[in-house]
Parts: sequence; C-alpha cells; structure tokens
Amino acid sequence: MTARVFLVRGLLAGLLAGLATFFVAHAVGEPSVAAAIALEGSHSEDGHNHGHSPADGHSHAEDGTVVSRHDQRTWGLLTGTVAVGTALGGVVALVAAAVAGRMRRLTLGQSTALVSAIGFVSFALVPFLKYPSTPPAVGNADTIGSRTGAYFAFLLVSVVVAVAVTVLAVRLAPRIGTYGAVVGGALAYVALMVVAGRLFPTVNEIGDFPADTLWYFRRASLIILATMWAAIGVVLTGLLLRLQSRERVVIARRELAASL
Amino acid sequence: MSVTSATPVSTPSLPTVPLRELAPWAVLFGLLAALVVFFVSADQGAISIPSGTAIHEWVHDGRHLLGYPCH
Ligand SMILES: [Zn+2]
Repeated sequence: MTARVFLVRGLLAGLLAGLATFFVAHAVGEPSVAAAIALEGSHSEDGHNHGHSPADGHSHAEDGTVVSRHDQRTWGLLTGTVAVGTALGGVVALVAAAVAGRMRRLTLGQSTALVSAIGFVSFALVPFLKYPSTPPAVGNADTIGSRTGAYFAFLLVSVVVAVAVTVLAVRLAPRIGTYGAVVGGALAYVALMVVAGRLFPTVNEIGDFPADTLWYFRRASLIILATMWAAIGVVLTGLLLRLQSRERVVIARRELAASL
Repeated sequence: MSVTSATPVSTPSLPTVPLRELAPWAVLFGLLAALVVFFVSADQGAISIPSGTAIHEWVHDGRHLLGYPCH
C-alpha cells in the first residue's frame, strides 16, 4: 500500500466524519449556542455585554452580523465540521500509513484504531480538559490573542508528548514487555500533561454565566469532538481493512497462478 | 510466543510504507490541513487573514462547538 491510498481513504473517512459531526452538532450543540446567544442579548441590554457589542466587530445577535444566524447554524456549521473532519482524516491516515507494520505485532486495523484513539485524546480531549470550550457570550474580547496562543501551544505540547511517548513505548516494548510499555507510556503522558497543565495559564472568564447552560454546551462540545474522532477511526479502519483483504486476494491469486 | 495467529502462513507480513515515500505527502498535506484548521479555528479572531469578520462568522458555530477559543 502506498501513501496515496492511505490519504484518499483518510479524506473520505474525514468527509463522512465531518457530515456525521454536523448532524450531531446541529441536534445536540445548537440549542446550547442559541441559549447562550439569547443570554448575551439580554445581558447587552443591561450593559453587561462582555465586549460583544457590534462596535468591536463581534456580535452574535442577528443585527450587526455579515452572516445570518440561520446560515451560521446550518451551512456555516457544516463547512466547519466537514473542513476540520477532512483535514484531520487525512492527517490521521498519513500517520496510520507511517505506523502500519511498525507497531510490533499490531495489525493494520489495530494500529489505525490506536492512532485514532491517541489522536482523540491528545488533539481533542486533553486540550478540552485544560481549555474547555466556551459558549458565545463567555470570554473577554481583549484576551482572545493570549487565549488562542495558549490553546494551540497546549495542543501542540499534548500532540508532541503523545507522539514521543508512543514512539518510546514501541521502542522499549521488546525489552520491558508490552504491558510495561503501554502502562508506562500512558503514565508518562498523563504525568507530563499534568505538569504542562500547571505551567500553562488558567483561563476563567465565565463570570455569572449560568452553570447549567455552560455544562450543556460543554457536554455537547465533548460529544461532538468524540463523534468526529470516533467516525474518523471507525470509517478509516474499515476502509483500510477492506483494501487489505482485497489486496490479499490479489496476492493469493498471483501466487496460485505462478505455481501453476 | 505461544500465541498462534489465525492468518494463513502464506500471508505476507504487514507491508510498510517507506518513510521516504511518505515524507512529501506528510509535509504537503500537513501544511494544507494546518491551513484549513486555522481558517475554521482561529482566523479573524486572534489573527485576521484577510481582515474582516465574514469567515469568522461563517464558521462561528463550528469554532465554538469544536472547542476552539472564539472571541
Ligand atoms: Zn462566538
């Protein structure tokens, strides 16, 4: 198998994952977004607009926006989930291509599923635990620069640590055994991310935003991220296994023909 | 190891993709993917290319729900 066949399947898996994520996000996430925007609207009236007045170019209410709320929660949301899904699907597939056959006794399906699982934890779950998603109406517009920087720096640390720990675990496995390598690797990742989490600045700009709306929004966000990564992992693994079994049939036929 | 595999003996061991062949794909697609994720997750927030709010607003709900800092 070549890099190209992995990438093509990753893009397809990512596209499908993006579509599935859109439907889940639209059903599970949009009610919380609408509730938060409604709160923001009512807050603006009594002067607590948290920096979201149209004057600073960012308002979630219908007035003062270039894109209507209807477009934002339908085609806009679809664009976002499909774009991110396809990009991540392709990256996961290329990583799966790099590790296929290089992870001790793991089969193609196992190593691909493992890459997706590690991707979810390091790219989505752990960054979420440090910097949980925030609904509209939460967040100070003046700190968007530092918050964006901190989020992506932490995400980068998480992914780099996950890759390094995995490579190390695979290398050490012949000496210390698979059990020790897996448990040791997971512990090392957790320990390093706890240290990183303590070093990175904490963001708390919730203010008096209602706790229930915040929890529903964050729960939806986590479900959406899990949907995207699960769909990428499941579809990509399925597509690669199908390809593999087809190739095996071809090889077997060729061997049979050669032996005749 | 005492674990016996169910796969027939004639099955070749798992083929690997040469890293030399993979590298250009990884670099090119990695950059493209980073660019796509940037436009959805951060453009016209902390950094604006191009300036304005149209891209930000179009992908706005996805940015919030996928967990990226929006504003
Ligand atoms: Zn927003």
